[in-house]
Amino acid sequence: MSVFFASGLVQLALLVGTLVAAVAALVGVFTVLRRQSFAGHALADLGAVGGSAAFLLGIPQLVGFVGAGILAAGVMEVVGIKRVQGRDVATGIVFGLGLGLTALFLYLDTQHAGTSNAAISVLFGSLFAIDAGVVPLVAALSVVVCLIVVVFYRWFLLESLSQDLAAVRHIPVRLTGILFLVALALAVELSALTIGAVLSTALLIAPAAAALRLTRRVGFAILIAIGIGVGSTWLGILISFESYGWLGGAHSWPVSFCIVIVAFAAYLLSGIAVPVRARRSRVAHVL
Amino acid sequence: MTETPVLEVNGVGVALSGRTILHDVTFEIAAGEFVGLIGSNGAGKTTLLRVILGLQPTTAGTVRFGGVRPGRGAGVIGYVPQKVALDPDLPLRARDVVALGLDGQKLGIPLPSARRRALVDELLSSVGASDFADARVGQLSGGQQQRVLIAHALISQPRLLLLDEPLANLDIRSEQEIVELLARVGRERGVAVLLSAHDLNPLLPVMDRIVYLADGRAAAGTTDEIVQSSVLTGLYGRRVDVLRIDGRVLVVAGPNDAHGHDE
Ligand SMILES: Nc1ncnc2c1ncn2[C@@H]1O[C@H](COP(=O)(O)OP(=O)(O)O)[C@@H](O)[C@H]1O
Ligand SMILES: [Mg+2]
Repeated sequence: MSVFFASGLVQLALLVGTLVAAVAALVGVFTVLRRQSFAGHALADLGAVGGSAAFLLGIPQLVGFVGAGILAAGVMEVVGIKRVQGRDVATGIVFGLGLGLTALFLYLDTQHAGTSNAAISVLFGSLFAIDAGVVPLVAALSVVVCLIVVVFYRWFLLESLSQDLAAVRHIPVRLTGILFLVALALAVELSALTIGAVLSTALLIAPAAAALRLTRRVGFAILIAIGIGVGSTWLGILISFESYGWLGGAHSWPVSFCIVIVAFAAYLLSGIAVPVRARRSRVAHVL
Repeated sequence: MTETPVLEVNGVGVALSGRTILHDVTFEIAAGEFVGLIGSNGAGKTTLLRVILGLQPTTAGTVRFGGVRPGRGAGVIGYVPQKVALDPDLPLRARDVVALGLDGQKLGIPLPSARRRALVDELLSSVGASDFADARVGQLSGGQQQRVLIAHALISQPRLLLLDEPLANLDIRSEQEIVELLARVGRERGVAVLLSAHDLNPLLPVMDRIVYLADGRAAAGTTDEIVQSSVLTGLYGRRVDVLRIDGRVLVVAGPNDAHGHDE
């Protein structure tokens, strides 16, 4: 354990992992409320194009992810989030193109840029290989996301209840949608940095979905989701760190796998907790 | 009384995708009045309510509230939309939905306040929703959800409450309860109510006046003035008979037309 916390690599992973997990869980609650997890998936897939191009362009991977994510969010807003949610043919084709480009860029990365681990790092994250120089950017983006959610908290809630009810109160519905897409894109791309583009929505959705099963209140749901997200990250990092040599050979289990599996376990456990709660309240009604 | 009407709709026309949906719709609602907006499916009820709310652009006509044109300063109109799909998993209690009616347009996270809570409790009790105030709103029955949405609409103390088919999908008993509730809160709070429905019968006991919509055109007046064969025949542009049975009203297409209008 003491070796665990003494490692500078681990300390940096814990710091960045905590920030990212908290941001993802916070945005995740509203993503589930607004039924936009598909949009989260789309942003993860399209962000990977930027993440993989970053190596070729010689820019930090996070900058690539975020740039492509924000661009994709802009396109989705113009095309109409409803149509993207509708998963029509055009959406499918664009995603296919995105993954194709990612494959091309990753190939070129290994061929020319000499970064043989680019594919792993883009698709499955690089929590143990984060450049300390990127921490200020991670922190700044996290603050931006938190500010958006805190400032527009009631707009997001009312709009997820009913767009008409929001519009009647003079809430700019389109602006609300754009603000949420920006927060969503940033949260997804931050997660892509730590656990990879393929798994990033797991950190977004699983803690939020588990929390929403456990409470009737949004505020509590956010706190519980952050607890689950951060807890999964810490436990995942610990398991990965300790797993060195578990299966023989000089390998640890991939940290992104460990984090995601813990978050998934939390979601399953919340499903067990719900019937218990329901039973208890039914008993209370009888008494 | 010479008080200015709460709502004046004057010569309103709406076209959607080149089709005329509303044509020259004109009527007024006085303070505290209970008005039924009656018309069959597709008559334009939702469109007209959205025009009043400023959510639907018009091709002609004006809408005024208390003598002024609508704008951000005109205050909020209470509104209960036709379909609010409330997910059973939505982590909002009935009281949270009502509170969003009070200050949902404000920025920042609401701080707990005794005054806010008391106001929410008062509204919940006045619509008979106190018993399920802490239940998830998506898990309530249709009638219970209507009560919560009515409290949401009333808490900002509007002078006009618009409800789009609040009786659709309710059983007969909840239907009656909601109508009585609306008549009572309208009286107690001095709120004018404009309620759309495809059947006018549940509203007959409480309705002060009626706005009848057919094929995008409207006739307004007291129930007795409007629900007459001659008036409705003019509105529909074909023969329509009005039958009265035990205080109930049936509007049916005349014998020269094989299709009845009411489904
Ligand atoms: N976006 C649209 N484009 C064209 N026609 C529309 C559109 N929306 C509604 N309509 C038509 O307008 C008419 C009135 O609709 P609506 O106001 O919803 O009627 P009601 O609420 O009385 O059932 C219907 O015939 C409907 O088909
Ligand atoms: Mg309608």
